[in-house]
Amino acid sequence: MIKITPSEITPEHVYLSRREFLKGMGVASAGALLLAACGRNSLSSQQSSEVEGLQVSTDSDELGDSLTPYEAITNYNNFYEFSVTKEAVARLSSDFVTSPWSVAVGGLINNPKTYDLDDLLKNFRQEERVYRLRCVEAWSMVIPWAGFSLAELLKELEPTSKAKYVRFESLYDPEQFPGQKSNWYNWPYVEGLRLDEAMNGLTILATGLYGKSLPPQDGAPIRLVVPWKYGFKSIKSIVKIDLVEEMPVSLWMAAAPNEYGFYANVNPKVNHPRWSQASERRIGEARRRETLMFNGYAEQVAYLYEGMDLRENY
Amino acid sequence: MSRIKVLPKLSGFQLLVHAASLAPLAFILVDYFNNNLTVNPIQELTFRTGKTALVLLVCSLACTPLNTIFRFRPALKVRRALGLYAVFYASLHFLIFVGLDYTFDLDLLQGAIFEKRYALVGFAAFLVLLPLAVTSTKGWMKRLGRRWTRLHQLVYVAGVLAVIHYLWLVKSDIRVPLVYAAILILLLVARIPAMRRFLSNLGLPRVSLPDFLGRSATQSRRTATHSSRTLGRLE
Repeated sequence: MIKITPSEITPEHVYLSRREFLKGMGVASAGALLLAACGRNSLSSQQSSEVEGLQVSTDSDELGDSLTPYEAITNYNNFYEFSVTKEAVARLSSDFVTSPWSVAVGGLINNPKTYDLDDLLKNFRQEERVYRLRCVEAWSMVIPWAGFSLAELLKELEPTSKAKYVRFESLYDPEQFPGQKSNWYNWPYVEGLRLDEAMNGLTILATGLYGKSLPPQDGAPIRLVVPWKYGFKSIKSIVKIDLVEEMPVSLWMAAAPNEYGFYANVNPKVNHPRWSQASERRIGEARRRETLMFNGYAEQVAYLYEGMDLRENY
Repeated sequence: MSRIKVLPKLSGFQLLVHAASLAPLAFILVDYFNNNLTVNPIQELTFRTGKTALVLLVCSLACTPLNTIFRFRPALKVRRALGLYAVFYASLHFLIFVGLDYTFDLDLLQGAIFEKRYALVGFAAFLVLLPLAVTSTKGWMKRLGRRWTRLHQLVYVAGVLAVIHYLWLVKSDIRVPLVYAAILILLLVARIPAMRRFLSNLGLPRVSLPDFLGRSATQSRRTATHSSRTLGRLE
C-alpha cells in the first residue's frame, strides 16, 4: 500500500511510526468514520474535476505520500496580499498580471542584474521537485513543483565574501494586491535565508506546479520553496533578491517577533507559542499525522543547524 | 398554573431568533452535502461552530442591557434560548476538535489542550458554560433561588475566556477578535450597578417590535384552528 523507501533515506523510526499510524487507522472511532466520509467526499470531487494539461512523473513523494490534488493546491491558499481567507484567494487572484515580470538581483554580488522571467526560465534547467509543504497553521500538502535550484542562480551572481544572507521581496502593488491596502502588515512581504540555506540543494525557485506554469494564487510567476521550513518562508511573487550582510527582518518577524523567527524550521518539538506543532493534518486525510523533524528532510538539512539551539532560533 | 403545555407560546420575534440560531447549522449541513467545506473541512467546521457559539453568547449577553437601555422587553424572552444555542454550538465545536480533529487521540490531545493556552482557555470557557446550561431551567432557578443569579453571572467569565480564546488563535491580525472584546467590555460595563442605573434613567425612546413580530405566532395559529378553546385556559 505504501512504498517504503530505503532506510538510508527515511530513518527507521520514521517509517516504523508511519506503519503504526496506518495500523491505527484501522481502529476508526465514530468521529473518524464520519470524517472519513467527509474526506472521501472532498477528494472524489477534486479528482473528478480534472484539470487539463497536468503533468507529473509520479503520484507520490519519496516517503510514499500521495500528491495533493491540483484543485486543493490551487484553492486553499495563504496569500494575505489577496485575502486572509484561504478559499477567496483563487478568485481574487484570477486577473493578476504576471507578464512582463522581472526580478532585480543585487546587493553584495559581483554581477548585479535584472532578469526577465523568460531569462530565468531559459537559462536555468527547470525540473520537477515533489515536496511536502507544512504550514505553520498545522496543515500540509504534497506538491509537485517545477523550478530550478536557487544555488544555480546564486553561483551565477557571484556573492562577495561579505554576503551572509539572501533577502527576498514580493511585489508591492496595492492595485493588484488588495490586501496591501491594509497597514496591519508591513508590506511588501520580505523573507530571508542564510546563504548556506539558500545554497542547499533542496531550495528552489518555483515557476510551475503539476507541469503547468504557476497559478497566481500559488505565487506566480516565481516563488521560493524551502521545504524544511514552515510555508510562510516560501515567499511568493518575487521581484527582488538581494545578498546582504545582516539578517533580514521578514514580514512575520516584524509582525510578531516572539512568534515567528528567522529560521522557522519545521520542528515537532518546538511549539508555536500558542499552539502545538507536534502533529498536522495532511489535506485530504482524515487522521492527523505526526509532524516530522525538518518536515522529513533532516538528512539533507540537519547539518545546517548543528550546535544551534533550535528553541532559541525558532 | 394549570396551563396545558402543548406548544410553547412563541412570538414572531422568538421564532425569528430560533430560526436565526439554527441557520448556521443548516448552512453547515448544506455546505457539507455540497462539498463546500474547503479542502480542510474539519478546520472549517471547527471555525464555523466556534464563531457561531461566540456570536450567540455575545447576543445572549446583550439581552439584559438592551432591556435596561431601550426597555426592549422581548430581548429577555430570548436570552435563555440564545445562551443555550451558544452552548449547543460550543459543544459541537468541542466535539469536532476532540473527536474529528484529534480522533480522541489522548496523547496528542493532552499536548494540544493542556500545553497550549489558546485551547486551554477555550476548554475552560466550555467547562464554565456547561453547568449554566444545566441549571437554566425554571426548576433549577427555583431550587437555587438567589444563588442562581450569582451562578449565572459566570456567563461573563465564559464570554471573556471565549474572546481570549479567539484572540490567541489568530495568526497575528487581532482586529476582529478585538471587536468582540470591545463589545464584551461594553456589555460588562453596562452591568455595573451605577452604570445600569444611569443607562435606565437616560430615558431613551422605548424600542418595541412591530405588531406582527410581537404577537404570539403559535398561539394565533391555535386560536385559528379552535384547538385552544378545546384545550382550555391557555392564558
